[in-house]
Amino acid sequence: MRGGGHGHGRFDAETLNVKVDASVIKRIGPFIWPYRFYLLAGLVFMLAVSVTGLATPILMRTAIDRFIREERNIDGLTTISLIYLVVYILNWICTYWQTYFVSWAGQNIIYSIRQRLFEHLQRLSFNFYDRIEAGRVMSRVTNDVNALSELVSSGILNVINDIFKLVGIVGIMLSFNWRLALLTFTTLPFLVLLATKFRTRMQLAYHQVRRKIATVNANLQENISGIRVVQSFTREDQNSQRFDATNMENMQANMQAAQLNSMFGPLVELVGAVGICMVLWYGGSLIRTGVLTVGTVYAFYNYVGQFFMPIRDLSHVYNIWQSATVSVNRIFELLETEPEVQDAPDAYDLPVIKGRVVFDGVTFGYYPEQPVLHDVVIAAEPGQTVALVGPTGAGKSSTINLLSRFYDPQEGRITIDGHDLRQVTLKSLHQQLGIVLQDTFLFSGTIHDNICYGRPDATDEQVMAAATMVGAHEFIMRLPQGYDTEVHERGSRLSIGQRQLISFARALLCDPRILILDEATSSVDAYTEVIIQKALDRLLRDRTAFVIAHRLSTIRNADKIVVIDQGRVVEEGTHDELLAREDGLYRTLYDMQFKHQETA
Amino acid sequence: MDSIVRLFGYVRKYWFRLTCAIILMLVGTALLMVQPKIIEFTFDHIYEEGNWSMLVLAALSVIGVTLLQGAINYTERIMMEWIGQRTIYDLRNSIYQHLQNLSFSFYDKAQTGQLMSRATADVEQLRRFISFGTMRLVSSFFTFVFVLVTCLSMNWQLTILSLSTMPFLAWSVAMFSKHVRPRYRKIQQQMAELTTVLQENVTGVRVVRAFAQEEREIEKFRKKNWEYLEQNIITVRLWAFYFPLMNFITGAGTTLILWYGGRSVILGTMTIGQMLAFNALLMRLVAPVRMLGWLVNMYNQASAATSRIFEILDTKPDVQDRPGAKSMAAVKGHIRFEDVSFGYDGESLVLKHLNIDARPGQRVALLGATGSGKSTVINLIPRFYDVSEGKVTVDGTDIRDVTIESLRKQIGIVLQETFLFSATIRENIAYGHTNATEAEIIAAAKAARIHDFIISLPEGYDSLVGERGVGLSGGQKQRIAIARALLMDPRILILDDSTSSVDTETEYLIQLALEELMQNRTTFVIAQRLSTVKNADQIIVLQDGAIAEQGTHEVLLEQGGIYREIYDLQFKQQELQSVIAGAEGGAC
Repeated sequence: MRGGGHGHGRFDAETLNVKVDASVIKRIGPFIWPYRFYLLAGLVFMLAVSVTGLATPILMRTAIDRFIREERNIDGLTTISLIYLVVYILNWICTYWQTYFVSWAGQNIIYSIRQRLFEHLQRLSFNFYDRIEAGRVMSRVTNDVNALSELVSSGILNVINDIFKLVGIVGIMLSFNWRLALLTFTTLPFLVLLATKFRTRMQLAYHQVRRKIATVNANLQENISGIRVVQSFTREDQNSQRFDATNMENMQANMQAAQLNSMFGPLVELVGAVGICMVLWYGGSLIRTGVLTVGTVYAFYNYVGQFFMPIRDLSHVYNIWQSATVSVNRIFELLETEPEVQDAPDAYDLPVIKGRVVFDGVTFGYYPEQPVLHDVVIAAEPGQTVALVGPTGAGKSSTINLLSRFYDPQEGRITIDGHDLRQVTLKSLHQQLGIVLQDTFLFSGTIHDNICYGRPDATDEQVMAAATMVGAHEFIMRLPQGYDTEVHERGSRLSIGQRQLISFARALLCDPRILILDEATSSVDAYTEVIIQKALDRLLRDRTAFVIAHRLSTIRNADKIVVIDQGRVVEEGTHDELLAREDGLYRTLYDMQFKHQETA
Repeated sequence: MDSIVRLFGYVRKYWFRLTCAIILMLVGTALLMVQPKIIEFTFDHIYEEGNWSMLVLAALSVIGVTLLQGAINYTERIMMEWIGQRTIYDLRNSIYQHLQNLSFSFYDKAQTGQLMSRATADVEQLRRFISFGTMRLVSSFFTFVFVLVTCLSMNWQLTILSLSTMPFLAWSVAMFSKHVRPRYRKIQQQMAELTTVLQENVTGVRVVRAFAQEEREIEKFRKKNWEYLEQNIITVRLWAFYFPLMNFITGAGTTLILWYGGRSVILGTMTIGQMLAFNALLMRLVAPVRMLGWLVNMYNQASAATSRIFEILDTKPDVQDRPGAKSMAAVKGHIRFEDVSFGYDGESLVLKHLNIDARPGQRVALLGATGSGKSTVINLIPRFYDVSEGKVTVDGTDIRDVTIESLRKQIGIVLQETFLFSATIRENIAYGHTNATEAEIIAAAKAARIHDFIISLPEGYDSLVGERGVGLSGGQKQRIAIARALLMDPRILILDDSTSSVDTETEYLIQLALEELMQNRTTFVIAQRLSTVKNADQIIVLQDGAIAEQGTHEVLLEQGGIYREIYDLQFKQQELQSVIAGAEGGAC
């Protein structure tokens, strides 16, 4: 373990086949460059550490040959022992600084890559989030960046260092005695084979183990979450048999991996022993002929033992490089994704608006060749509530997504008080819009934090006032910590109705001129229903509102109902007007439900 | 400690292999002392004294010993791995079976994540400890003993001198464990915090954008990102101090051997081979001592993990077969609640003195506010919980007098949250009746009005559902669950009829499927749909665990009580709401 990195067995089969080239460095180069001096300092200390490692056998040799055997000089021995100790102290100090410099640079590089990624994510449009699952996005910022950390914190420098070490050992041995050196070098290919081929096989075996254990865990997980069904259908025995089978497969995969793993150590030792055997035997015969000294043979004995580490580390760096290549490609794929909705170069801030909204012949598709809205024309006067009604997939959500400028239309335009949405800055637009989505997402933090999410500078009184207006104050005060109650993960402790009310308060606090509301369809109990209806009433008052409506009360109170079907506005009018049209879609929806109720 | 002893109860079955492994380990450890002795012999007797005839033999013996040692180590490791794996295999099966049999009351309190981590991470911890940790602990101890004995036999002064560094090494190992290891946990925590911010940002991206809070989110993330960096740097600095310190202490030991040993060689009280052998022996100690901290840590973690695992295994299911419980014969389906009271924790009662009489084939609709006890009533019939007082009978038999399995086999259950297993649709429908024929499965699917949808899928009944399979809407899942219950053809049916919002057509299909399902069975239904309630033989309105109103739709509507109120508020709204919402959210 160097510099806090640890990473055996993380590589999967996919990574093992990746070709390594310098493109990785080229791409992350700009992130590395600011820290080049730290890395350089790290390298200097790193080489110093290697020098201390190479020097000790030489010191030992001098001690044995000169002071112990030849001169029998105790003072000399004491001096060289002290030098020996100093070398170890230097080793300690240099290791410290090497690790420090390299990690400082590495961590900072990782920090800046991660930050860049996150900031980029804040700019990417919803098209991106529609396409890619949340889990995968997160994995880029966590796992892939982490996979890079080993490369930047030690991987690159270690290549230089390991080569330096190997060359050092080889050079010193050759200078001592090239015949014996060359003889021992015959073990090197075997060590290389072990470090590469054999280790690859081990990694594949462990990859298999991970897959098997994943199956075991998935089986377990499913059984725990579905336990009520399992017991209802008395499937306990059958399930146990199935589990036993996967469990057994996992054990067998483990045993296979263990066989390779247990062989690895002894094999490395064996190759080492062959090397030692050569040193003792041929070195011995060289002592006999007076070519070599005892100390030199002992130094050889030490160096032979040092071969394996740099070879193993080099092959490990190769793996690091492979997984980094995969990660870098993924990271840059993300960084190179351009946001589709962007501020125009000459975008201006939207001035304070009155709230006149016009859809002017808008055509839009998430894929341009498949339009979901066709030539939509809607006009809403300041203060009006527009209810959007229609079957699933008619285009209601797309309509409010366009008004929020989460997407841009392919044709036509949307204006607010005459300003084309594409001409104003996104920030100034969103600051004047209130958007309440169907999925009432709450952030971890207190209820207070959540209500003032859009206006962090709101006073306690303002927060409370907003909560009171939507009728949430009462239940909030009944909670143990009132407004300071943590909402936990995705508001799990609060009921759906309560979460809706909080999201209403959140929108209300911003006091937007234009409100966009996707009414939740989930059923709440009768009492909450009444509160929510009242809250909606408050929320919609005195603003221009676009509502995807599910409540009859909301629809009835709307100034205008827009019925959308297959991406087109097919009817427009008030509740009574629309019901009066015998063959209208609105009327049909109504009738269908009545007939339906009668069959029951 | 206790729990580790109990753990060895599982290992004991394999005592023969264990004994073999321990003997092999002892021999392997002893062989570790041989190579230094060969070095000693070679340098002293061959190089110094000139017995050159022995040279080839001595050199080859290094290979010979290593081969032997390798073979022994390999065998021992494989044996231990087998014991560890096998024990864990046994343990996993026990946990699994036990979890299957624990009652609902256990799962009400337990968190899935926590259970999972016990059954996976904790178990894995134990495997490492059994197959690796125990042996290293034992072998470290013996290595120490053997090295000590060998060294003492050579030169006791140098032994004491060179071993004097060991306490320092042990101390630095302890310091490393104490200061550095906990830091890694902190790093993980920090990473978890960073991930949380990230996760909320990604999943809540619409809210972030809607409120134009991108910059604040970036700052939030920057803070966590920086804290993560700082935590890493702190850790690395500690690591960089303590880790090379261990190297240094080892080096200091070698220095002592060089200095004092070399001196003794010069003075003639020691040979050069002995000095070199000493150093080699000392090196043999470094790895075990360094590993010590790690092993102790491993032991503690394994001990904690074992306690957590046994905590699960020691939990007794609340609902169990009575000794001598008989298998329940085919029932007609006459269900009676006789003065039933129930409380989940035994204290506050959720149901109070409840009396219900459902004759065979009757439909009982349960209504009431959240927490009024509706779910509890239906949970008592299949004995997911046992009553605290009174009794529930089926055809006059107390359900506690029959085996749980035979009881549940006669009850079909459709729960509020439709849970499908990641298997094919066919397997999911046949979940409670695995040897059903193809024709039976299709018939059930047809009755549940899901057949047409299934055959429209490319792989029909063989389509996988769940994470890696086809995505099903709530309505489709619900109908598969109905088919699953239909296939069992139970006399008794329990239904939690929740209105997840589905489009009009699906709603219609579900109602048809439900009607089919309830035909000719005694049914207890938590009703949210007006249609289900209207056609019930009995409507029971619960309030605070007691029956507030009871009767048919017409009677109760007439009475103008709670039912009337619910009808006005909820069902009327439902009627109206479904006009418009009926067409909504079919794909949720």
